[in-house]
Amino acid sequence: MKVIVCVKQVPDTSGKVAVKPDGTLDRASMLTIINPDDLNAVEAALKLKDETGCEVVVVTMGPPPAEKMLREIIAMGADRGVLISAREFGGSDTFATSQIIAAGINHLGLNDDDIVMCGRQAIDGDTAQVGPQIAEKLNLPQITYAGDIKVDGREVIVKRMLEDGFMNIKMKTPCLITCIKELNEPRYMSTFGIFDAYNKPVEVFDYETLKDEPLIDKNTIGLQGSPTNILVSFTPPLKGAGVMLEGADKNTCNELAAILEKKHII
Amino acid sequence: MDFKLTREQQLAQELFRKFAETEIKPLAHDMDESEQLDMELLGKMQKYGFFGIPYSKEYGGAGGDNLTYTLCMEEVSKQDGSCGITISVHTSLCCACIDMAGTEEQKQTYLRPLVDGSHFGCFGLTEPNAGSDVQGAQTVAVQDGDDWIINGSKIFTTNSSFADTCIVFAVTDKTVPVSKGLTAFIVDLKHTPGVDVQENIKRMGIRAAQNCIVTYDDVRVSKDRVLGEVNKGFKIAMKALDGGRIGIAAQSVGLAQGAINETIEYVKVREQFGKPIAAFQNTQFKLAEMQTKIDAARLLTWRAATAKDNHEDYSSLAAMAKLFASDVANQVTRECVQLMGGYGYCREYPVERMMRDAKITEIYEGTSEVMKMVISGGMNLKKKK
Amino acid sequence: MENYNSADISAFKDVWVFCEQRQGVVQPTSFELISEARRLADELGCKLYALILGDKVAEHSKELAGYGADGVIVCEHPLLKNYTTDGYTKVIVDAVKERKPEVVLFGATYIGRDLGPRCAARLHTGLCADCTHLDVNTKVYQDFLGEASTLAPERIAGTDTAMVMGEKKEVGHDLKMTRPAFGGHLMATIICPRFRPAMATVRPGVMKKAPFDQAKADAAEIIRPEFSLTEADFETEVLSVEKAAKKLVDLIGADYVVSVGRGIAKDVEGGIKLGQELADELGGVLGGSRVAIDSGWLSADHQVGQTGKTVHPKVYIALGISGAIQHKAGMQDSECIIAINTNPSAPMFEIADYGIVGDLFKVVPMLIESIRAIKAAK
Repeated sequence: MKVIVCVKQVPDTSGKVAVKPDGTLDRASMLTIINPDDLNAVEAALKLKDETGCEVVVVTMGPPPAEKMLREIIAMGADRGVLISAREFGGSDTFATSQIIAAGINHLGLNDDDIVMCGRQAIDGDTAQVGPQIAEKLNLPQITYAGDIKVDGREVIVKRMLEDGFMNIKMKTPCLITCIKELNEPRYMSTFGIFDAYNKPVEVFDYETLKDEPLIDKNTIGLQGSPTNILVSFTPPLKGAGVMLEGADKNTCNELAAILEKKHII
Repeated sequence: MDFKLTREQQLAQELFRKFAETEIKPLAHDMDESEQLDMELLGKMQKYGFFGIPYSKEYGGAGGDNLTYTLCMEEVSKQDGSCGITISVHTSLCCACIDMAGTEEQKQTYLRPLVDGSHFGCFGLTEPNAGSDVQGAQTVAVQDGDDWIINGSKIFTTNSSFADTCIVFAVTDKTVPVSKGLTAFIVDLKHTPGVDVQENIKRMGIRAAQNCIVTYDDVRVSKDRVLGEVNKGFKIAMKALDGGRIGIAAQSVGLAQGAINETIEYVKVREQFGKPIAAFQNTQFKLAEMQTKIDAARLLTWRAATAKDNHEDYSSLAAMAKLFASDVANQVTRECVQLMGGYGYCREYPVERMMRDAKITEIYEGTSEVMKMVISGGMNLKKKK
Repeated sequence: MENYNSADISAFKDVWVFCEQRQGVVQPTSFELISEARRLADELGCKLYALILGDKVAEHSKELAGYGADGVIVCEHPLLKNYTTDGYTKVIVDAVKERKPEVVLFGATYIGRDLGPRCAARLHTGLCADCTHLDVNTKVYQDFLGEASTLAPERIAGTDTAMVMGEKKEVGHDLKMTRPAFGGHLMATIICPRFRPAMATVRPGVMKKAPFDQAKADAAEIIRPEFSLTEADFETEVLSVEKAAKKLVDLIGADYVVSVGRGIAKDVEGGIKLGQELADELGGVLGGSRVAIDSGWLSADHQVGQTGKTVHPKVYIALGISGAIQHKAGMQDSECIIAINTNPSAPMFEIADYGIVGDLFKVVPMLIESIRAIKAAK
């Protein structure tokens, strides 16, 4: 049994977010981190490894420097990594991205007792689409928003969170699960793992590696294979100076409530 | 010459920094106030391999190096000096003794649990009447059949209230100077009759650390717990302290860097005379001077650690690093309190704690005066005959 | 359906809204979406259909149509009683392939965001997640940009075309889906120019619900597409569906924080109750200043500030907190700060986006009332 964890390197949006004059993100000037929800997926996989001794393979798609993230996750306890990286894969939207990652997983080989785990969503795009779309392209059953995972042989029972409660859902491996923050507390790297991290295998899957995969087709990957286009990106108007609302009366409260509504808070 | 950390060292630094900021920082204030270490926190540090960094995987350690160990000491001490010394005494005093002088069997039996995160260690050398001058040592061990019987008391034994293993130094030959008649013993502090660990001594700084008086009353240990040769313990102690000083230098760098980081955040938001105090040149120049000194101290520390990693003679280098870094830690933490004014003096902010913690770095594991003796001793100052 | 081709754009017509029901209760976001989609259907000059799946859900048809739908597509089956990814995806995909809508909207709920991506991938089309604004008409869209962006007028004017596969293309008939990215620091408008249907999940609570129109409800056309669904179509099995007692949120991860300080001293219990009530109203959590914690009014895990937690919620409401530097250190990076304090020179007002000088015991109950009134009107 192996668990394949899909992770993404993202700009750290909790700090200052740098935007270029043309309205796009200045990624170069921002620190990168492992997408937080993905760490919950990593932890879920490592927990399963602690319990069953299964193999944990961490997969990412991104530029070559993303290898460092794979090493970090290996230092947390993963066994090996796969970096899917090629010029041909650039410019992919969620549809094309999931197409490529699914091909990568296919190339890696998905056995009957394997599980694919992803974070719920990435903090740069917040789409939550790549996980389910990988599942679709690999024809796997999926359970998203996992708040608890129990694996017993090939049977997987997931507590699937909803806004107002949860469902308990059962499925069989191979399958895909997306994980949320509430699922667990991700572990740190350990020094034991760190001094081994660069001795463990990290494979690079480039276009050459994957080009014969059935899912890889010029019309389904990269910019050309992306159904969506960005028409324009922009920054909201700058936050002005503070406003003092005059009078502590009902009108003022209505005014403040209206502001909250306009900001989609209520 | 290359001042860049290796890939592994960079990852380790990230781990230490993130862990210290997330796990240690929120507890540091309360640990200081309560004069207690959070044992759950120490347990986590064991689990993530903070207690066995420079020891071989062969014995259950992380397989890292001494430079990485200084990175750990710096990052941990940036948030809490007490946690720093806890790691340091365990790693570079207790474990170091067994690693350098232990037999293969002793390493497997005693070093393994210490470096794999199962046990804590401490180091019992200092006595009420034997500080810088070991000559006053009164703890003795006499042979009784296959065993040794230890009697005496040790003071300021860091970690002793919770440690499993202590390296205890006792006089085994009274007819010669202590330096020639001292023997090291590996003592199980938790399960040996006659061992009594007393209350944590009330101190000015590193208050959460556990420095206790430990008394040994007819403590019987088997001969396989003798570390190294009989009467050859002094050299083990001195060598361990040489290495320990690298850890204390790194602790000093951490305290200074931690204080300046807090101060930088503060001066950016604190406004006086209509502008943030960071906008005053006095503030800027002070910070610039302090950061320069901290970097100099860090480089001396790294040089000493690198020399140790390369199996070069590092005794003087370690002493220089500790002498300089401990002085910097005291200067910087004091200036940081000054820059933060009344708030800096308040216990709600961490800099006054760092200032209190910094003082001990000029005292333990050899005072600054002893450091100067070590350094000058290597400078060939004897009159030519 | 074999010759279904998502790139054959001219074959697609009408707007669909997937209307989510849970245990037979239509989710409020469905009505918001229908109301908003009415405008989009009018701009496109086509019909609007509500799509509802479940077991015995036809009874909701009129209610859905009353908010603006011309018709309701009802897919009923015992196996559709609870939401499942496999069952719902299959039925929706089959319906889309048969009837070819050009726009399909989902609520960006935990269910919509599970279902949308799966349908889009199977239909080979684009999906835009968690949209907060939708337009078809370019002029209307550009007016929106003029207000909501810092883009230069010439840049806005240029949004009538887009570079698609290296060619300039008019986007007058494309759904323009606007959404926040990078934690709201950046907005982006996405189009799906080469494939249909254009699909979006829409953030709940953002779109306004229209007034209910009985005539529209009565006139609704009910469509019951044929579909096949058997146990064999399911790889997941719902064992149980449960309601949560209360959503647990921690201070650090909270989107909304209401904190109380010295200002509640005259009636500590009442002040905490008000703060908690306001927090509950926003779906947020209660915090406190050092005074509130040191005085034993709140437990230590509520503390915001230098010795407490550092928070950066979307909205931070400070009730009776003067704004000492130690407190500000823990909350000044909040996206929006609202301060209510009797002292007009409280430092908290200096960093507040909105301030009200007044007694929190008078202001907060009125504010809660105003918020409830707005919610009720939705």
